Amino acid sequence: MHEQMPAPVAITEIVEETPSIRTFVFDREIAARPGQFVMVWVPGVDEVPMALSSPSSITVQKVGDATAALFAMHEGDLIGVRGPYGNGFTVSGRTLAIGGGVGVSPLLPLVTTGQADTFLLGARTASELLFADRIREAATLMVATDDGTAGHHGFVTQLISRVDLADFAQICVCGPEVMMAAVLAILDREGCAERGRFSLHRYMKCGVGVCGSCCTDPHGLRVCRDGPVFSGDILLGSEFGRYARDATGSRHRV
Amino acid sequence: MVTLYPGPVEVGGIRLRNHLLLAAGILGTTGASLARILASGAGGVVTKSIGPSPKEGHPGPCLIVVDGGIINAMGLPNPSAAFTEELAALQGEPVVVSIFGGTPEEFRTVAGWFAGRASGLELNLSCPHAEGYGAAIGSDPALVEECTRAAASYGVPTWVKLTPNVANIGEIGAAAERGGATAVVAVNTVKAMRISTALRRPVLGNRFGGLSGKAIFPVAVRCVYDLYEACSIPVIGCGGISTADNVVELMMAGASAVEIGSAVIDDIDVFSAIAKDLYGPDGVDAQEIVGCAHA
Ligand SMILES: Cc1cc2nc3c(=O)[nH]c(=O)nc-3n(C[C@H](O)[C@H](O)[C@H](O)COP(=O)(O)OP(=O)(O)OC[C@H]3O[C@@H](n4cnc5c(N)ncnc54)[C@H](O)[C@@H]3O)c2cc1C
Ligand SMILES: Cc1cc2nc3c(=O)[nH]c(=O)nc-3n(C[C@H](O)[C@H](O)[C@H](O)COP(=O)(O)O)c2cc1C
Ligand code: FES
Repeated sequence: MHEQMPAPVAITEIVEETPSIRTFVFDREIAARPGQFVMVWVPGVDEVPMALSSPSSITVQKVGDATAALFAMHEGDLIGVRGPYGNGFTVSGRTLAIGGGVGVSPLLPLVTTGQADTFLLGARTASELLFADRIREAATLMVATDDGTAGHHGFVTQLISRVDLADFAQICVCGPEVMMAAVLAILDREGCAERGRFSLHRYMKCGVGVCGSCCTDPHGLRVCRDGPVFSGDILLGSEFGRYARDATGSRHRV
Repeated sequence: MVTLYPGPVEVGGIRLRNHLLLAAGILGTTGASLARILASGAGGVVTKSIGPSPKEGHPGPCLIVVDGGIINAMGLPNPSAAFTEELAALQGEPVVVSIFGGTPEEFRTVAGWFAGRASGLELNLSCPHAEGYGAAIGSDPALVEECTRAAASYGVPTWVKLTPNVANIGEIGAAAERGGATAVVAVNTVKAMRISTALRRPVLGNRFGGLSGKAIFPVAVRCVYDLYEACSIPVIGCGGISTADNVVELMMAGASAVEIGSAVIDDIDVFSAIAKDLYGPDGVDAQEIVGCAHA
């Protein structure tokens, strides 16, 4: 056991990515694999898991107390980060990435390191499409919006029929759980669930695999330590897409 | 090193597959994670502490890893009575349900949900960082006796887990025994805190928490040693165990079995790793070494 106290980092830049999503750049690089996360300490409020969108940034959607407190911060303010934690995406060969909403954040390092070949990007509406320009520079980009304001009018899952899944050694996915579950159902139907790499979201308190708050059924896998990225075949028949636990450990539908 | 003869054991009324249990609150939130630890070689498991109403726990950071240990201030998050669902898949397995309450009446209520659904109960009278619960009760011998009596009234094996944050742990152990405990467990975490020098504030959301892991092993040895003298019921050792030799040492201090928690951070298969070193076909009977350091 080596000391892993939160490292103090100063926010050096705040980028408004979409009306609801901001990137917080900090003054320290964290050597991490794409898909790994950090526990972000917002002093006086809470500590929450956030994917690294680059070695020195997190990209955050405002959804509650901790994220609202982050949105109220300014350049120069200090936060704490522990990590990187989790397994991340390990890829070899051609990679298809499928991202929705703020779930694009952990996939961006795959793009910036040249490891994503084709990217299916979804959002509710055109202004909420995250990182579209940066993805277009480095990969083949296909877009879908729920309201049809950009790209395909409909869900990002409907773009899958436009690519040949056989072309890709793995399919890396992150987004709302219903969207990821829909992707898994398609991969299962096509007989390639084991090539899916899904980054899960579960309630995390410790981040290091001891408290049990992020454990999933039926294998008792810890999302913080054994994940957050799991291959699709492991998720078939699991709680994924059906329920998750909240801070008390009670189950809720997803 | 001494090795032990392998096989099931009975401690404080509970039959275990070996002497090594998972400690409360470590990967104990779900039935599946408890089953995973049993499958990886634990002789029994203790669940997350369950209380009278659902609790979200303290704001984060809830846990920090420090040199030689962990400081946690989880704040007893738990789903309360809904936890019975998690036990469904564990029927017949050596599962001890850890419970907590703020009064003897609350202990009786929570114990009632689980009596008969698990191998036994472990009363958390020792968490150092949940106001009104745990150590707040566990430092008062009269309250310890009453809470123990309330839970033990169901006639199921009742272990009482004690805090090291008291002047005389033997006195508290004796109170648990008078209340009807079938074993005492020592120890829960040791009050501790760290401050971020850059942010000039305590790191944990709760400001202070409890230290566990290697750093507290000598505290556990001393507490088990004291309890072995003060009580006639079995003592279960807990605190900082990470090797088979640690297990033997705690047994020599007086432990009949042990609980292991923080060591899973380095190796989730720590139970089979320790069992591999601890047991051998030409090992001694544990009875030969339990308390031998008191001679
Ligand atoms: C591995 C991982 C990576 C993540 N990466 C990002 C990211 O890059 N960008 C981003 O915007 N969000 C990310 N999240 C989600 C983010 O952690 C939550 O949205 C955030 O914790 C909300 O905190 P809050 O206090 O603002 O909201 P709250 O009001 O406390 O809660 C709103 C919702 O957020 C979730 N949540 C709250 N606390 C936690 C917690 N401790 N652990 C897990 N979920 C929680 C719950 O689903 C809750 O219902 C990630 C989550 C995980 C598990
Ligand atoms: C994250 C964490 C959560 C814990 N939760 C509980 C709990 O709910 N109930 C309890 O009695 N003890 C709890 N404990 C204390 C442990 O059961 C154990 O007594 C302590 O960690 C010392 O053992 P160790 O050094 O082997 O971890 C917790 C400890 C940790 C690290
Ligand atoms: S967050 Fe504690 S085990 Fe995963």
